[in-house]
Amino acid sequence: MSPQTQEIGRTREQMAQRLAQDIPNGSYVNLGIGIPELVARFVPEGRTLIYHTENGLLGMGPSPEEGKGDPELINAGKRYVTANPGAAYFHHADSFSMIRGGHIDLCVLGAMQVAQNGDLANWSTGEPGAIPAVGGAMDLVAGVKSVYVITQHCTKEGEPKLVESCTYPLTGLGVINRVYTDLAVIDITREGFKLVELSPGIDFDYVQQRTGAPLLPSS
Amino acid sequence: MINKQVSTPAEAVADVFDGATVMVGGFGEAGSPIELIHALIDQGARRLTVVSNNCGSGEVGLAALLKAERVAKVICSFPRTANSTVFPDLYRSGKIELELTPQGTLAERIRAGGAGIPAFFTPAAVGTPLAEGKETREFDGKTYVMERGLKADFALIKGRTADLHGNVVYNKTARNFGPIMAMAAKVAVVQAESVVEPGEIDPEVVVSPGIFVNRVVEVAHPAHESELVAAGVCYP
Repeated sequence: MSPQTQEIGRTREQMAQRLAQDIPNGSYVNLGIGIPELVARFVPEGRTLIYHTENGLLGMGPSPEEGKGDPELINAGKRYVTANPGAAYFHHADSFSMIRGGHIDLCVLGAMQVAQNGDLANWSTGEPGAIPAVGGAMDLVAGVKSVYVITQHCTKEGEPKLVESCTYPLTGLGVINRVYTDLAVIDITREGFKLVELSPGIDFDYVQQRTGAPLLPSS
Repeated sequence: MINKQVSTPAEAVADVFDGATVMVGGFGEAGSPIELIHALIDQGARRLTVVSNNCGSGEVGLAALLKAERVAKVICSFPRTANSTVFPDLYRSGKIELELTPQGTLAERIRAGGAGIPAFFTPAAVGTPLAEGKETREFDGKTYVMERGLKADFALIKGRTADLHGNVVYNKTARNFGPIMAMAAKVAVVQAESVVEPGEIDPEVVVSPGIFVNRVVEVAHPAHESELVAAGVCYP
């Protein structure tokens, strides 16, 4: 599509801010690497969320001041973080018991493709020569109660990321509940993609044209 | 009197044999037992199978062990790193085998191995390429894939404090795979910033009970991978 896509609709920060409005007070939340990390900056006043990072910390706090990082206190993206009062450390099998055992309320992930039935592809293009790496994504989508995706609506080349069926290797089947993009918020329903709301200044047809499967209007 | 302390990292890894399976703790640089890994490079064992979440960064620690071509196979969840070409180069030239495992499955395989559980069913990876060829079964209307427990000949682990009985306390997110790898290895080796007398660690805060740990070695000022990489260090 046209380069205009970059200039209208929500910025990455605005997408993260929009998603943060929908997280209930007191939730246990796992944020993926990339745009999902921005969500933590925009939690509405008065709400307390407990952040889980898969490498063994519940109660993750913001990045430390420049130069104050501790190489043994990092997040899943291997960046320096802090521990909030009330935090807990634990080993990896416990961490993934929290994930797989359904104890985490919400996780927010990036995506390469999301299909209309909720299938997610976000770990490999499957191209020869690509180095496959999966991390914790498959465990997260299998066990966390709600799984949201936050992503640009289209790839840099303008291809839809919301598709009829994924062509990249899957991360999980029917696992995504909702997608937040620069253009819209879209639920995954039994009938397929269903609009929740349009970003300011965006109309339905504009989103439908950039979505690889039928988009149901909001009810 | 029980005394599991050995005096040097070299002594701690002296009996690692060619073809051994070695679990290496750490998530990124946090918990990576760099001094033990460097001692293993010096020791020279070959054709190792390494079980580790990542494959190291730069050309120090785990990445240096790979670069020295001592590793035939890695069982790993995330072998890519932004600042290391060691694993990608070996993988693309067919010099290393990769068994890619979802991170939670990797953790549970290690835990199961240490707990006497030969296999288990998990919902992670069902319907994806990482479940291909594996047995699946339905429980309560949902499909699960069977995964095998993992054991090792040796585990190399970084702790904060250990006592002579092998009780270990870890540091923050450097704990990660340490406690479960200690359980799953025949010989679990822990490097710790201090090794203390029995009784000095409060039994209420012990994370790895000494029964899981065979050797402890004091490394008072362990190197941090990111600092070595930033300084351009290549080991050896």
